[in-house]
Amino acid sequence: MRATGFKVLGVAVGLAAAAVLIGLYVSKLTTDNGSKAYTVPVQTQGGHKVVDLQIETVAAVGPQFSPAHPDYVSYLVRDAQGKWLRRTVWRLPANATVHMTIYNFDGASGLRNPLYARPQGIDGNSFMLDGKATDFINPDDTSHTFAVPAYGLVVPLTGVADNAKNQCGYAPCALSMAHHTITFTFHTGKVGHYRWQCFVPCAAGWIDGFGGPMQTIGYMDGFLDVI
Amino acid sequence: MATPAPKRAEHGKRVIVGGIVLSVVATVLVAVFGGRFLPPGNGSVQASGQVLDNTVMLAIVTPVIAGLLVFFIYVLSQFRHRGGALVDGPPLRDDSRVRVWWIVVTSVTVLFLAGFGTFELLQNGSGGGQGPDPIAVPAGTKLPVQVIAQQWQFTYRYPTYGGLETPQLVLPANTYIELHVTSLDAIHSFWAIELGVKADANPGVDNVAFVKTKGPRTFHVRCAELCGLWHGYMFNNGRVVPEAQFTAWVKSQQSDFAPIAKYLPKYSTTYYPDPQRRAG
Amino acid sequence: MSVARRLVGFNLFTACVLGVGGWYAGWFSAHAVVGPSLDYFADVDFNELSLVLGYIGGVLGFLIGLGFFNYPLARLRGYPPSLREKEQGGIGRYFSLCTDHKVVGIQYLVGIGLFFFIGGLNAMLIRTELLRPDHQVWPAGTYLTIVGIHGTMMMGMMTSGILGPFANYLIPILIGARRMAFPRIEALTFWLLMAAGVILETTIFFGGFPTGWTGYQPLGTEANPGIDCYYLFFALVGISMTLLGLNMIATIVTMRAPGLTWSRLPIFVWGVLSTAALMVLAAPVLIATLSMALMDRVVQTNFFVAAQGGSAYLYENLFWVFGHPEVYVLALPGFAIVLEILPVFARKPLWGYRLAVGGLLGVTLLSFFVWQHHLFFSGINADLRPFFMLSTELISIPTGLTFLCGMMTLWRGQIRYSVPMLFCLAWFFNFLIGGLSGVFLSDTPSDTTTHGSFFSMAHFHYTIMGGLVFTFFAGIYYWVPKMTGFQLNERLGKIHFWTMFVFFNLTFFPLFIAGFQGGMPRRVVTYPHGLQFLNDWVSVSAFLLGGSMLLFLYNFVKSLVFDRIPSPADPWGSKSIEWQLPSPVPVQNFDRIPVFSSDPYGYGEGGRPVVVPAGAPAGMN
Repeated sequence: MRATGFKVLGVAVGLAAAAVLIGLYVSKLTTDNGSKAYTVPVQTQGGHKVVDLQIETVAAVGPQFSPAHPDYVSYLVRDAQGKWLRRTVWRLPANATVHMTIYNFDGASGLRNPLYARPQGIDGNSFMLDGKATDFINPDDTSHTFAVPAYGLVVPLTGVADNAKNQCGYAPCALSMAHHTITFTFHTGKVGHYRWQCFVPCAAGWIDGFGGPMQTIGYMDGFLDVI
Repeated sequence: MATPAPKRAEHGKRVIVGGIVLSVVATVLVAVFGGRFLPPGNGSVQASGQVLDNTVMLAIVTPVIAGLLVFFIYVLSQFRHRGGALVDGPPLRDDSRVRVWWIVVTSVTVLFLAGFGTFELLQNGSGGGQGPDPIAVPAGTKLPVQVIAQQWQFTYRYPTYGGLETPQLVLPANTYIELHVTSLDAIHSFWAIELGVKADANPGVDNVAFVKTKGPRTFHVRCAELCGLWHGYMFNNGRVVPEAQFTAWVKSQQSDFAPIAKYLPKYSTTYYPDPQRRAG
Repeated sequence: MSVARRLVGFNLFTACVLGVGGWYAGWFSAHAVVGPSLDYFADVDFNELSLVLGYIGGVLGFLIGLGFFNYPLARLRGYPPSLREKEQGGIGRYFSLCTDHKVVGIQYLVGIGLFFFIGGLNAMLIRTELLRPDHQVWPAGTYLTIVGIHGTMMMGMMTSGILGPFANYLIPILIGARRMAFPRIEALTFWLLMAAGVILETTIFFGGFPTGWTGYQPLGTEANPGIDCYYLFFALVGISMTLLGLNMIATIVTMRAPGLTWSRLPIFVWGVLSTAALMVLAAPVLIATLSMALMDRVVQTNFFVAAQGGSAYLYENLFWVFGHPEVYVLALPGFAIVLEILPVFARKPLWGYRLAVGGLLGVTLLSFFVWQHHLFFSGINADLRPFFMLSTELISIPTGLTFLCGMMTLWRGQIRYSVPMLFCLAWFFNFLIGGLSGVFLSDTPSDTTTHGSFFSMAHFHYTIMGGLVFTFFAGIYYWVPKMTGFQLNERLGKIHFWTMFVFFNLTFFPLFIAGFQGGMPRRVVTYPHGLQFLNDWVSVSAFLLGGSMLLFLYNFVKSLVFDRIPSPADPWGSKSIEWQLPSPVPVQNFDRIPVFSSDPYGYGEGGRPVVVPAGAPAGMN
């Protein structure tokens, strides 16, 4: 009887260990991936949903936002209190108008495919670059793009000049530092999960510029979680 | 030891007759109706050719499946050991007739399949990417269209229209298209599902595939080679439209992308190498 | 003896401690030399040299802890040669370097089983994601890591899935020997594999890897450091495979007992021999390829970087020069187990012995000439496609011979439906579907439709899971009573079989349709909404398939730990030599080396003895 007791105990310990290990494994897979959603506040204007979305692009996300990868280039989003968050999954309402403002603090690295220097899929196919209507930029001056391929949406972001004064090192970057402001409007459609990404090979140090932050959600990639 | 000879012959006869009957019925059904259900449909001449190939394949594997099913159902029900002590079966170790027939039949089938596949392949390339020096080149004039894959979207260039580049794929109906597939970074695979086209996109390589469109329709494009984070999202739709509509579409795209036209690189079959270890 | 005292010495516990220590030693030594960041081109905030040296140090520490360096050092110091280590003793043998081939076989069975379940768990995670067309359970990147771990774990670990447990345990017995030719290398292959499995799992701490089990370039070069775990895992598996294959060949060629001529070898031994030949010839290519890929990342060589004069095609070619023989490394032992077990339960001699051997050798030879069918549309020189189409289709001739021999062995037999037999019969069905769907993939025009789609995914699950895993279980139900001395519950075994067979087919058959009709590519995290029903069906079946595996685990633990009903020496009425020995087999296998006078398939041929346990003296070890 005593032997059976030991066996039952052994099996129970084994099962518990397996359950703990599986639990740790699954939780490791689901956390630390920057995939937590940020719900963007919605206003209603004349029965139509309008969203004001402000994001910034930084050359290095810094230890405050990402202790593991402080050198990663990244997007940040501004919440209603004006605080910057490293969230790249944005929850938006369906069939809404989105007024987007992007503050770009990063320098230019140039597009591999110059086609993306022409904005597409936004109202009027043109955007405001520091207050000036623009319908294309020099591909070599491009720092990043904001692109939602499912919407056919591409907006090129002009990079900060190399000799600009007061450049931002680590995020969060204050608006007093050298940057470009890009504003445009687009519309969300049906409910769904739409990825967005950057088309500039901007992942420093990776071959083809497409590793690290370019292939990790929470930096240069994310979702429009349209509900 | 005392098994009477006639009984043994009967087992064999039953299986062979049953196998042949089921095979014939099933194969006729497949040959007649298979084409309607088999992919990729008749979106292009090459797609129809693949439907024929898939039908022939199915018509050849059907009798194999039917024959073996009959064999196993018969054997497993007839030759089971029923209760009691262990009894040995007859010590059959070889049978030259079975051996020769089996080898002849499988060899003939295999050689036919390879011959048929080669014939179909060399006719028009059957929609597959053939690399920079295609061996199966259909005769006649062809509209060249370049497919540029990158992480993670396809864009398309039309060299005969001033190197126009656009993120949409629109093709004229009833036209032979010469696709030049290349990549700017990792390996992708351009798969136009309903057109029956599949060609890997390699950096620095011009992978040529041919397809002759039929009537107007839409089709799906997906990336069929694992290419990184957004591989599962790398898809879009293409359209086959009448000639006049195609010309109008080209004009609209040319004016749409006019601002950027002078910045595009000169049309070339490849856009690599581009030393991109630096960035940022 | 107290627990603490048991832990001291060269064993798994010491190995783990030294392994972790070695990892940090490697990591910090590289840091000390080049700093925390390797600054070749830009500001990558990670030092991959440290990671790789860490893992190399970890493996070395692990092997030191197990005592693999004791014997070479002792020989250097002039101690006399000895072939055996730790063969006596209790349960501790299973947690240390043991040169008894029977202990190694059981170590393999449990160790590989563990990683098989981890691979299966990842499959469950994949199917969870695919329950909904575009909803994210795991983010896109994590999903690819899960797919990669599942594929790599299964393809890497299960290469030794049958050779590891069953060949190590049985080959010396079947050929009338007392040990393998290289007993320490035999133990090394197992422990390397265990270290490799742990390394692959740790990829989740370094960002995972996005490449699937193929690791194509340049995606592999631009991936997160987690891919180094993939390279190191597969390279270690390659080393383990090469050594295992060499050991098998050396043992079978040189250590057969008197009278055991080539035409009297059990067919399982032929299957192991041909698989071992594949391993020895193919796995070194894998080791070289992955070392090159690893060097591209760590020390900035440019073997596969097109922009720097390398070639991504080179990687594809080298990988598949290994990769196609690899899938036959998985399939051939299955053929062999089926042909070995069928005569026992049909009570008839193996039909067409020479044809069966010819079939195995034919597959072995041809499998080296088909690799470019993975690259039909890659843009490599297209002129070769008709040749590779032909060579691929030719493989169905030797494979067909295996079918013929199996089918004719059943013909007019006295068939008993015991659990091992059920798994073997299921092999015929699964491999038939798998093989015939392969015909579509080998035909270049048809392949345009099916290549890289769920169709090909369903195809290789039918051949590998249907071919290898079913025969793996056949081997377990057949030989575990011999290996442990205890019976496995027959009733639970039958329930396990039927649930596994039914849900396996319900899982993978619909995937043919998803790939063929729905145009669903492999390894995607999204799919069209129209395919949701099919995918949900597959996911539910897959979970139930996973449940049937748990049922097996229940049976295994219940029978071997709790019930412990002793197994008779020959529960199946087999004439093969392993069943003439007591269960479990004693340490030295035989009191006297046997003399063989026929093959082990003499059913219905009267009382011809298989083994003459007389004559030759016990001989030297």
